[in-house]
This record gives sequence, structure tokens and C-alpha cells, in this order.
Amino acid sequence: MMNRSVTWKSRVAVVLAAGIIASGGPALADDVGHDPLEGFNRAMFAVNEGLDTVAIKPVAQVYDFVTPLPVRAGVGDFFGNIADFRNALNNALQGKLADAGTDIGRLLINSTIGIFGLFDVASELGLEKHDEDFGQTLAVWGWDDSSFLYWPLLGPRTVRDTGGWIVDINTDPTWGTINKSVAVRNSLVALRFVDVRAALLPTDKVVEEAALDKYAYVRDAYLQRRRNQIFDGRPPRIDDSLD
Amino acid sequence: MMKKLIALVFATLFSTLALAQEAPDALIKQVTEEVLEIVRKDRSIQNGDAKKAIDLVDAKVIPHFNFQHMAALAVGKDWRKASPQQQQQLASEFKTLLVRTYSNALTSYKDQKVIYKPFRMNAGDTDVLVRTEVHQPGNKPVQLDYSLEKLDAGWKVYDVNVAGISLVTNYRDQFGQEIRNGGIDGLIKAIAAKNKALEGNLAKADGK
Repeated sequence: MMNRSVTWKSRVAVVLAAGIIASGGPALADDVGHDPLEGFNRAMFAVNEGLDTVAIKPVAQVYDFVTPLPVRAGVGDFFGNIADFRNALNNALQGKLADAGTDIGRLLINSTIGIFGLFDVASELGLEKHDEDFGQTLAVWGWDDSSFLYWPLLGPRTVRDTGGWIVDINTDPTWGTINKSVAVRNSLVALRFVDVRAALLPTDKVVEEAALDKYAYVRDAYLQRRRNQIFDGRPPRIDDSLD
Repeated sequence: MMKKLIALVFATLFSTLALAQEAPDALIKQVTEEVLEIVRKDRSIQNGDAKKAIDLVDAKVIPHFNFQHMAALAVGKDWRKASPQQQQQLASEFKTLLVRTYSNALTSYKDQKVIYKPFRMNAGDTDVLVRTEVHQPGNKPVQLDYSLEKLDAGWKVYDVNVAGISLVTNYRDQFGQEIRNGGIDGLIKAIAAKNKALEGNLAKADGK
């Protein structure tokens, strides 16, 4: 079992590495900017929109409808607690040791007093929650500009963030280390996927209505949000003065 | 009688002045709480009455926004190529689009709480950032920041940032695309067409 997942992951890694090499060069012309693979991305975006409409969104809607708010909150907190492991690791890798310490403190408190992470006691105690991943770490290490990539199921990423994601799932307790049972792991991964999608339901309508071009809207929103995350919520202002 | 009248005039004058001089963070807090208070009590907005949400935003929120500046930011460099009349049209269509789409957010209100982050500004500042955070059980808090500028009429919002995404500059590429295809007028037409489609949806929902 373990082997199979390793081969699967390494295969993905090889394909992605090829993609990174193929698209790794700096963007040449101005109008290509951060999206030199726009043709490919738009095609994948269309595939994902189709998948979402027929399969993913309906499941998320049912989940959203049948799950009472306290259960939703518990599920969100449970996965949030697991994510604190990733936060701690990446804060440490970015040299933010105090933040990493907070993350470990959160993990200890929520895993025990918070009953396996079902309650976010640490936030009540004033331990601030962070939002880190290996893609951000790569950006802090100097890979700050990266071409946009759109994957089916996975959604928007950049080349850098796709690489980051592979490291994230390999260091993610949900995917590997804590549970020996594949069935449990798959159920957890699926539940998290649906929970994340369900949390996005209210924004669907907004994006649908606000965008002149939905693909461009989603892409630019993703890139802006990542920039914000990389700078921990305080990105330097881009000079926009018009005069 | 005359004395009373003069007193009244002065009182009105001062209270208007006070509102205009109000600190930007206090302004954001006051407007946010006022709107949320209304939504909390209004079942029809909570049940998805988009028209009512739009009216609420029109009345309480819009007066504190500078849409001319917002449209300029969204368009970017090409803004200077637009005639004053085109600029006015752009600002007006963009305003309609933003109000339509984001009033919707109010209809999905579910016990969110807004936390106001500590705010600091220097005496002479005319451009500030007010930071808030929306909390909801089980979800990560969402960052919600407002950029404000000081005008003669008081502090006005010219950009809104949700989770680091500027609702204004996120249009830059899409607007640029329209301008490349059909010029400034092409862009105005594209936004107007979008607004018309949204109005159609609204009317349909109303008819149900």
C-alpha cells in the first residue's frame, strides 16, 4: 500500500518536474506576464468547471445542507489543527521561530484540551493562527515569481505552488504518518476536500456575477491572495499612482 | 427664537463637520456595525433578498466610497486616455457592478463577527489602511481591509481587500483585455452589458 502511494506521488513529481522545466523560463513578452500557459490553463479550467458542476459542487451542497454548524465547526477545527503542523514546519523553515513556537503550542493545546483538534481552544487563549505552506516557503527563499498553472481538481496554483503542494502532502499527517489505514486516510482526505469546497459555496455566486471573464478573475484573485499570504497579510503596496 | 435658530444651525454645522472629521477607523466601525445590526434583524436579507441588500448598501455604504478613484485604479494606465465623460461613465458602471455583486455577500450572513485591528495614523496622513477581520466558527478568519483617502468631504474608501484580494485591482487584466479589444468605449459597453444581465437575474428572482 505504502509503495503504491509512493510510486503515484513520484510519478506526479516527474510529470510536474517536466512541466517546471518546460515552463520555468522567465515570461518573455509583457502581455503574457504571469500566465504564459494561458491556453493550457483555460482548457483545464473548463474541465474543472465541468467536473465541479456535475460532481463536486452537488456533493458539497449536500454536505453543507445536512451538516449542522457545530459539526462543521468541529470538522474545520480538526483539519485546522492538523494544518498547524504544516504551519509550524514552514514558519521554522522561513526562520520565523517565534511563530513556529506558537504553532507548536497550538498543536499541543488543541490536540489535548481541544480533544484531537475538534475545538480550537488555542485561539480562545489568544494564540494566533497562521497560514503557511511550502509554496510560501519557496517564495521567501527567493522564488517569488512563478507562472500560473491551473489543475483539474487541485484548482489554481503556480509552478512554484504545485511543487510546494507536493512537499505539503508528503509532510501532511493526514496523507501519511499518523494513520496506517488507507481507508481512514482516504476518508479524511475526501472529507477535507468536500469541507473546503463547501466553505467556498458562498463565494461562487459572487465570482459568477462579478467577473467579466471568470478565468481571469479567479487567476488574478489567486495570485493576489498568494502574494498576501507570502507577506503574512502585509504585502508592500504596489505603486499605483496614476499621476 | 432667532437665537435658537442660530444655535440649531451651528449644531448642525458642527455635527456635519464632526462626521467629516471622524477618524477613518471609527468610520469603518460605525458603518460596519450599523449595516450588520440591520442584517441581523432582517430575515428577508438573510433569506436572500438581493434587492433589499442592494438598497441597504446604497443607503449606508455607498456615500463613503470614492468610485471615481476606484474605477481609475481598476483601469490602470489607460485611465488617462479616457475623456472626463468616459471616466464618469466608467465610474458609474463600475459602481453598479460592485454594488450588485457584493451586496450579495450580505445575504449569506451567518453569525459572523467583525474584529477591528489596532489602528495607528500620523496627524497629517491623508491615505490610510483600516484592517479588520471577519470571524466565523470553523472557518479561518478572513482579512478584510479598507484603503481610505482624505478628501474635502471626509474620509472615503477607494479600495477593499478581502483575504488579500483587492476587489478593485482584480479587474485590471479583464479591463485591459476589453480595452485592447474595443477601446475605452468597449470597456464601458462590456460592464454595462454585465450590469444589464445581472439586473435581468434580479428581476427574475423578484418575479418568483
